[in-house]
Amino acid sequence: MYGWTGKIARINLSDGSIKTESLKMSDMKDYIGARGLGTKLFFDEVDPGIDPLSSDNKIIFLAGPLTGTIASSGGRYNVVTKGVLNGTIAASNSGGSFGPEIKYAGYDGFIIEGKAKEPAYLWVNNDQVEIRDASELWGKNTVETTDLVKAATDDEAKVACIGPAGENLVKFACVMNEYNRAAGRSGAGAVMGSKNLKAIAVRGTKGIRVADNKRFLKAIMDARAKLKAHPVTGEGLKAYGTNILVNILNEHGGLPVKNFSEAAIFSGAEKISGEYQAEKYLVRNKGCFGCSIGCGRVTRIKQGKYQGLGEGPEYEATWAMGANLDLDNFEAISKANFLCNELGLDPITMGGTLSCAVEMSVKGLIPREDTDMELQWSDPDLLVEMVKKTAYRDGFGNCLAEGSYRLAESYGHPEFSMTSKKQELPAYDPRGQQGIGLNYATSNRGGCHVRGYMTSPEVLGIPVVVDPDATEGKPELLKLFQDLTALIDSAGLCLFITFALGLPEIAEQLRAATGVELSDEEFLQAGERIWNLERLFNLKAGFSKKDDVVPRRLLEEPMLAGPHKGRVLELDKMLPVYYELRGWDENGIPTGEKLALLGISR
Amino acid sequence: MLVTVKLFAYLREGRFKVRVLELADDHTVRQVLQDLSISEKEMKIGIIMINGKRASFESHLGDGDTLAIFPPLAGG
Repeated sequence: MYGWTGKIARINLSDGSIKTESLKMSDMKDYIGARGLGTKLFFDEVDPGIDPLSSDNKIIFLAGPLTGTIASSGGRYNVVTKGVLNGTIAASNSGGSFGPEIKYAGYDGFIIEGKAKEPAYLWVNNDQVEIRDASELWGKNTVETTDLVKAATDDEAKVACIGPAGENLVKFACVMNEYNRAAGRSGAGAVMGSKNLKAIAVRGTKGIRVADNKRFLKAIMDARAKLKAHPVTGEGLKAYGTNILVNILNEHGGLPVKNFSEAAIFSGAEKISGEYQAEKYLVRNKGCFGCSIGCGRVTRIKQGKYQGLGEGPEYEATWAMGANLDLDNFEAISKANFLCNELGLDPITMGGTLSCAVEMSVKGLIPREDTDMELQWSDPDLLVEMVKKTAYRDGFGNCLAEGSYRLAESYGHPEFSMTSKKQELPAYDPRGQQGIGLNYATSNRGGCHVRGYMTSPEVLGIPVVVDPDATEGKPELLKLFQDLTALIDSAGLCLFITFALGLPEIAEQLRAATGVELSDEEFLQAGERIWNLERLFNLKAGFSKKDDVVPRRLLEEPMLAGPHKGRVLELDKMLPVYYELRGWDENGIPTGEKLALLGISR
Repeated sequence: MLVTVKLFAYLREGRFKVRVLELADDHTVRQVLQDLSISEKEMKIGIIMINGKRASFESHLGDGDTLAIFPPLAGG
């Protein structure tokens, strides 16, 4: 076996059984690994109609065939489960060294099922897998938990865990690994919480075999040279991190403000920008396992009430808890971000939900007596307090913990929830970028930027420059982006390599590592297969064409000012074309012909 | 004519963040880059916007325009 280990550990928390199983070669070839293979295993084993918080849900931690190899930025793993926030198939992706360590322990990943009677954690020490008592860990934050688990196992162990938010079943609780890396979205942390599973510690000392050492080394060296030579992956991301996008999106007129209720131009952009972060607060940059890019930010707030040290905030968090709250206090945003990491919350949904609550409160739709504090824009203390209250479901935090859709609906106005399939939208106003809007509507896990990152061509001009206001050509480009991203996520690579690398470089790494001689197009088709299987899961879970939408505001309320003034998202022009390109019928259901072509059985 | 020029990231080093420049009518982006000693080669995949819309080296500037110049950058 090359690239893959071909083995998974199946851990049943209800009866305590632990088994090692072999993966099928045909599944690995068709679904690659991580996101794709995890979805295949999940689809085959779990009824899509289950309650995500029930013991019937499973949670799969899976690496890809390139995870832990010398591939550049090959440190990713995925958490696959039925998402708690919205019930879609959730594959939440994270970096660091946790994924590689799974491989070094001799596994591609773990399938975790059932529910432990008492708080438990897993200790995977090469082929020794144990379920251990975690009663001492329950209630601890992710930093304390990681420290305690390492002390109890091995200082070299890599730890993924949940914080209080996951324990308290906050619907957007994340899984944190190695203190600062997050499988952030969809509420995978709440699934762990519902299973009384506090943490997974892994230590591995084995190697990974690749099919053709020489060829693999050449593929990696070629890729590395391109990553190094490209100004974005070679220099830009290292120097400024993802937050460099604040000023770019603001100049573009696509940085949403106040829950997307105003023109997408933020007067305080400079004070929350990547340039400002680098100048005032950056300690150093940081890379994940085997990464030559190093976009991570180690940030320190030296003094004052928001004092702290941690990683980030990244662009999405800075926007969600900054511009989206009309807040230009970078120190408070950083503190809130550190708290999200420590307590185990997704900062995008946190900021999106609070922003929705503030808008509704300002408009008189949420009574003051319900909210503990006055909900107002531009309030740094409100942000920091509400992050804490949300993680502990304390007071109004209990409403915020449900995400913006349930919150807005409970007050009779779901239209104020800026979500797609009940997951909060990220940091790009689709009225200024038609393609990203189509991606929001069709993303298999709901509001998300990393399923088909159309901002790259529409705003950044990578790999091609396209007109952000045009609808023509967007379905075609988006389909390509979505399929390619599914392949990259499944291979175990970081999406950021695509600023410099394309399908040929990625496919060659996969061929050399695994010995599976698929063509570039066949690997891309694996991405398409993964996309369609995710879609099938969602359809079986009850989603349909009516859910392929964005909030009414973005379709009906024209942008108020700026370069995209007067525009709305013209989804109806793009969605039918997209369905047709995908080989789906007019209701967005994959045709039998398409599924047969991809080798998927319903 | 008066044009507001905004520079970002490392292009600010030794230059400025924002400045209103008085330029001859019909000045192009290319001429501004030359005036500011910003390498055209580097800006080939950089981001140039006039009033928030993507522009090219050949784009002409008009009175009251805002020109934003970013070196090649990305995030997500």
